Amino acid sequence: MATTSVTVTATAQDLRGVARSQWLMAFERFRAHRPAVLGVLVLSLLAIACAAASLISPYDPDKTQLLSLYEAPSLRHPFGTDDLGRDLATRILYGGRVSLTIGLLAVTVAITVGTLVGVLAGYYGGFLDSLLMRFVDAMYSFPRLFLLILFGVFFKGMTVGVIILVLGLLSWLTTSRLVRATFLSLKQREFVEAARGVGARDRRIIFRHILPNSLAPIIVAGTLGVGAAIIAESTLSFLGLGIQPPTSSWGNMLNHATTDMDKAPWIAFFPGFFIFLAVMSINFIGDGLRDALDPRHVVRKT
Amino acid sequence: MGRYVVRRLLQAVPLLLAISVAAFAIIKAQPGGPLAAYEGNPDFTEADRVRLEHAFGLDQPLPLQYLNWLGSFLRLDWGYSFASHQPVLMLIGERLPNTLYLMGTVFVVVLLVAIPVGVLTAVKQYSWFDHIVTGTIFTFLSTPTFWLGLLLIIVFGLQLRWLPLGGMQTLGASFDVGDRLRHLILPVATIALVQMGSHVRFLRASMLETIGQDYMRTARAKGLAERIVIMRHALKNAAIPLVTIIALDMPELFVGALVTEQIFGWPGMGRLFWDAATRSDYPVLQGILAVSSSLIVLANLFADVMYGWLDPRIRFS
Repeated sequence: MATTSVTVTATAQDLRGVARSQWLMAFERFRAHRPAVLGVLVLSLLAIACAAASLISPYDPDKTQLLSLYEAPSLRHPFGTDDLGRDLATRILYGGRVSLTIGLLAVTVAITVGTLVGVLAGYYGGFLDSLLMRFVDAMYSFPRLFLLILFGVFFKGMTVGVIILVLGLLSWLTTSRLVRATFLSLKQREFVEAARGVGARDRRIIFRHILPNSLAPIIVAGTLGVGAAIIAESTLSFLGLGIQPPTSSWGNMLNHATTDMDKAPWIAFFPGFFIFLAVMSINFIGDGLRDALDPRHVVRKT
Repeated sequence: MGRYVVRRLLQAVPLLLAISVAAFAIIKAQPGGPLAAYEGNPDFTEADRVRLEHAFGLDQPLPLQYLNWLGSFLRLDWGYSFASHQPVLMLIGERLPNTLYLMGTVFVVVLLVAIPVGVLTAVKQYSWFDHIVTGTIFTFLSTPTFWLGLLLIIVFGLQLRWLPLGGMQTLGASFDVGDRLRHLILPVATIALVQMGSHVRFLRASMLETIGQDYMRTARAKGLAERIVIMRHALKNAAIPLVTIIALDMPELFVGALVTEQIFGWPGMGRLFWDAATRSDYPVLQGILAVSSSLIVLANLFADVMYGWLDPRIRFS
């Protein structure tokens, strides 16, 4: 009896060792993906610069400066100034805080809701499953931008908290389908039956035994989702229904750009360029993560 | 096969009903309401408000309002716009051709470029051509549509002055094909450049998978020309998943591209939705939402059916 229990412990430790080295292997694969590493680098620099905005820039992001309206990029104002004379580079750094935070938190909301719905539908199945999945189908049938605009009109523009919730609550559909699919395919497998056989409760089976198996696709979808959320926020703010001035976000800085395009094209260029830079980095990271976490996905080299 | 289609169609009915309830609820939740325009008008008395609410049926209980709306919707009586007082169906009918014209062009351009480029990048995997195309695609996939539109306007409209800044044609000018085409270039480029990427990536991945199959070796071993092997044996099979992607794009042909239409002042469905949303024009919003979501449901069904029809390995169950 004693011998058996020792053996079991040893095996469990071995298994944990294997599991850890799998993540290590994934990390090595990620490190070999050059664009992804570049993405991490650019995004980190960007995030640090935004966080340290008040240390880097001598200017106030929101205060009107009547003496420096529409100044072209120069040494004093590397990205120029806008229609109210505010330093564009400063506003981009402060706006980056808003845009990056929204992207990150909206995805956190989306993944939490999506995982919850996916677990409920996939693990418990039956009527609950059909009900939730028909709801997902119905949600998928509305163009997302239309819904975002209706929410924007409803709230008469959005605060950071509201836009995070709205984006999050409109973006969990894919995650829920991913998680549900994992649960459907795994809940009848032997290792789950074994766990149930030794008396594990539902909660333990769900979180310890099945959910870790859908972690990889969730991480990839989540990463790419951050980029999508940043684009969605900026589009909405560009249209005037997202973050309201004087708070700057990368999107609402472009809001007036259309009227000033002729005399001050830099106002349209720089904020958009930073959206592009952030989203591109995130997409690179997402691609790298996909290759790293799902080796089957890597296209064979011939 | 036929039975499968019928069953899927029947399954779509409750979904469409659920969507219509959701659309109705979303719009009913909007603030202000259709009479908001009169608020603050001193001549607009309480009695006027009651009379108008009664005339529009806004004083009935919500479920009844929904049933009324659904009933008349199915009879193609979509009501009148609160803003312009024109029939909703007529407004949509006016804008739809403009959107079809824009999005149809995008559709054709995207396929004309994406198919050969997708095939070539796969056949010449890891060549300089593949690297350049893959890089370009990644760039455009990360570009916000509205920013790309603004940049194209700044460069080609304002700086170089090669192309018009917006609209469908020069105002006041008589119909001219060249003028129409020149107005089409920038909006089409804006949408197509962003959209093309996912198609090329998709076809490339699908081609690479097909090229590795055994029957490709067989085709080559039979002595077939490489061109025929690629075009007839590989592309035909690799294009199957692409067909479903294209089918899923179809609703966009009708719904339009809101942001691009907004930037370029294109009088299409997207702008109609935008105007209706910002003016609380319920009947128009309901009409557009109903049309767009029904199209999305039908496109999904169509994509599934096409997939099974083109690939006999898929069995309907």
